[in-house]
Amino acid sequence: MNRLQKKIMITLIVLSLLTPIGILLPMVFNAGDAWGEWSAETVKDLIGYVPEGLQKYANTYKAPLTDYSMNVKDTSVAHQSGYYILSGIIGATVTMGVTILISKFIIKK
Amino acid sequence: MHIPDGYLSPQTYIPLFGAFVGIAAIAVRKVKKEVSVKNIPYLGMAAAFSFIIMMFNLPIPGGTTGHAVGSALIAIILGPWATVIAVSVALIIQALIFGDGGITAIGANCFNMAIFMPFVAFYFFKIIRLKSVNPRRIFVSAFIAGYLSLVLTSILTAIEFGLQPLIATTHEGKALYCPYNLSIAIPAMAFEHLILFGIVEGLVTAFVVRYFFSHDSSMIFAIQKGGKNE
Repeated sequence: MNRLQKKIMITLIVLSLLTPIGILLPMVFNAGDAWGEWSAETVKDLIGYVPEGLQKYANTYKAPLTDYSMNVKDTSVAHQSGYYILSGIIGATVTMGVTILISKFIIKK
Repeated sequence: MHIPDGYLSPQTYIPLFGAFVGIAAIAVRKVKKEVSVKNIPYLGMAAAFSFIIMMFNLPIPGGTTGHAVGSALIAIILGPWATVIAVSVALIIQALIFGDGGITAIGANCFNMAIFMPFVAFYFFKIIRLKSVNPRRIFVSAFIAGYLSLVLTSILTAIEFGLQPLIATTHEGKALYCPYNLSIAIPAMAFEHLILFGIVEGLVTAFVVRYFFSHDSSMIFAIQKGGKNE
């Protein structure tokens, strides 16, 4: 790894450790879901019913680490911040690994 | 901007999935031709960067949240075709492992953030920079490329959402998928990206591109001297 690559890796690690900002800031400023990313229950609160197709597809797939958390029921902000960091590190590592494997396969030599 | 399952009708997500697969296949051929082996580690780091930056949810006080994507800076530094691969991997991992973005919407999300966005950013950067090597001009060009590419991508996403009531409703006229039409979706999504998320994407793009430009400008795909891009 050259110097620039080391610098980028350190930046990525620091950013991973700072990711809880992404759950804390919305909490402080009382902001909710992203537009169009509401749960079926929230949609019901918004428009009074759950669209049929939305209801049918909404639970098509259950991700192993839904919402970047190991335990969505845990109400502790400190714990959720820890899960978030861990999710960030796992996700970024897998993403980097898969991208490198795919590009090696594509580019070869 | 990660469309969940249930918001898009099959009439929308199937064609977008097809478009994604077709364009990703072209990306594979382009990357084989134009990306050198020494850039493979950077491609991996770029994908990881995109993954992490999308975790920084920023609030519109009392309203919604959103985030930068990173596609603009990756497109400028590594090229738009390489970005298609890197950001698609990040988005697919987010959907499969973390449930961020739907499984049925993978094609749509990759089309928006990993295909449309990097190409828009890349060409805005090239058009605004022209052949300038003035660091300020590079910085401003990168900012505008990041800002506008995210705003336009949010509008594209809003169009996909907003078309749903036109495509699929029940006999009583109730929505089957996303319940909001174009006149609600477009202003809502454009506004939040215009006033906050786009600015963050622009700043991240500008600072990172400026750093690479002062470090080794030959590394920047959109600026490479002597190459077919100059």
